[in-house]
Amino acid sequence: MTGVISYLVFFLILASIYGIVSLGLNLQWGYTGLFNIGVAGFFAVGAYTYAILASDPTMNHLGGFDVPMPLSMIAAMIVTGIAALIIGLPTLRLRDDYLAIATIGIAFTIQLVAMNMQWLTGGTQGIYNIPQPLSSAFGSNFEYNVFFLVMVLAILFVVYIALERMVHSPWGRVLMAIREDETAASSVGKDAFSYRLQSFVIGSMIMGLGGALYACFIKYISPQDFQPVMTFQIWAMLIIGGSGNNRGAMLGALLVWMLWSGSGTLVQAILPASLQVKGGAFQIILIGLVLMLTLIFKPRGILGTRRAIIPGAKQAP
Amino acid sequence: MIGQYLADGIVLGSTIALGAIGLTLTYNILNFANFAHGSLLSWGAYFGLVFVMSFAGIQGGDTFGSLSFGWPFIVALFGAAVLTSGLALLVDWLVFRPLRRSNIQVALVFASFGASLLLRNFIVVFFGPEPHYYNNSIEIAKEILPGVRMTSDQIFVVVLAAVLVVALHLFLTRTKLGKAMRATADNTALAQVTGINVQGVVRWTWVVGASLAAVGGMFFGLTVQILPEMGFNLVLPLFAAAILGGIGSVYGAVLGGLVIGIAQDVSVMFISPAYKPAVSFVIMIIVLLVRPTGILGEKK
Repeated sequence: MTGVISYLVFFLILASIYGIVSLGLNLQWGYTGLFNIGVAGFFAVGAYTYAILASDPTMNHLGGFDVPMPLSMIAAMIVTGIAALIIGLPTLRLRDDYLAIATIGIAFTIQLVAMNMQWLTGGTQGIYNIPQPLSSAFGSNFEYNVFFLVMVLAILFVVYIALERMVHSPWGRVLMAIREDETAASSVGKDAFSYRLQSFVIGSMIMGLGGALYACFIKYISPQDFQPVMTFQIWAMLIIGGSGNNRGAMLGALLVWMLWSGSGTLVQAILPASLQVKGGAFQIILIGLVLMLTLIFKPRGILGTRRAIIPGAKQAP
Repeated sequence: MIGQYLADGIVLGSTIALGAIGLTLTYNILNFANFAHGSLLSWGAYFGLVFVMSFAGIQGGDTFGSLSFGWPFIVALFGAAVLTSGLALLVDWLVFRPLRRSNIQVALVFASFGASLLLRNFIVVFFGPEPHYYNNSIEIAKEILPGVRMTSDQIFVVVLAAVLVVALHLFLTRTKLGKAMRATADNTALAQVTGINVQGVVRWTWVVGASLAAVGGMFFGLTVQILPEMGFNLVLPLFAAAILGGIGSVYGAVLGGLVIGIAQDVSVMFISPAYKPAVSFVIMIIVLLVRPTGILGEKK
């Protein structure tokens, strides 16, 4: 029984972390229509920044700064924000798909850096023994994980409330106005580029926060953790849950992560050992099929945007 | 030394150029960035492998001169082109067409990203994650210019790529279908009014793009290796080439492909080869900053 509960805690922590990342993507895509398919890259920047700043001294990579957890988290967000700025500045003035191409490019490049810049990232071996805050204060691993779950849920809640306030503020209304009709928004004097850039950077910073929490919880990161598949999972979460709706983003994270973990267990149980290496491929195909069906039959997801700003106006997907 | 890197770059650039042509054609006519195009290169390479392996049992050993392959490879080139075209049409019919109908422009781009991951993982399921080769012989590179060594296979790749580009040029300028494709790309509505069957043109665009992708993928398999992720790793160079040349421009894609290929290989003189793929990303960002319409692109 304790095994089930401790697995449930572990599952919920990861689902909440993905929920945070999904919320970040929702600000970009759901509310602003920005097409970021480099989510894994921004997540990785946050994770590596946290790992490098918070870790104890080591010979294998840059680190040993021993920065306290909250400060490392904030630094992770700032560095991710800078990465987003570098991508956003040249591409957000151009048509939508250039951002997609540039973000997939930076995710790819970040992965190359993570794999090959040994002195910075530990290369393919990654960074291990990433410290967790207050870990000595708890008797068992299970108790610590319960504490960690409470902490992640609190952060998720804060991010959710902050985003809800932002998107329902005048600032958020401008974002949605740009998403619905850029020409109209520009004609009333709103600088679409500037709003887009703000949304893109803030959304990416939230993804960086998710990456930092992931590094902190798993205690070990390597380039393997930041494959394009991760971007795909986060998008599946947002689209299936319903983009343009923060609760949808979180619900999608829970559902898709359940589907992913469940199918992983199933694949391990069903497939013979010789096919295990292909297990991940089966999981991706399953998520992909669910996603394709959602896109075709219920393009707004489970809790998607209920109304556009202007009644009768074309709704965002 | 630079001569050798230039030669290697032209070989890689031939693969990228063939892939980028298809990418720029579909981008222009269907108006979305198709991230699944790289997977067509992978599938082309694997379809080719199936043909080459099924012929290996019947007759082996006979190769053309100093090339590493014989007629089975040529048959495989055609077979792979046909099967990859079929695959592209299937993906279009299953995924892209329903989305085009519902008029969700950017969902197309995301669906193509999803399709690329699916296509790559189907390869893992069917063929396994390990690398494959069309043959196991070791080719000796000959000195063709002072300090420049190339294998016969590499020369074959560059020559055939050039022949295909010329053929495509003739197709686009001399045939009725080619002219219809250009007209549709320029202005779909106008093309429709003049009686061009736009649906048909879209289908032929997929066929041309996928066939070139299949050949490009087999070239990559012949000169490097065949891997499930090869197409995914080529997506960035393909887009960089298409953007550098100017989206919609076939000749721009060829030029862009060569420039990207050469830049990636020459970069080895200055930085670690591990960062080769990042070179195309840096070039792409610079192009987007300085001249987003590309070298030969027109401002829309």
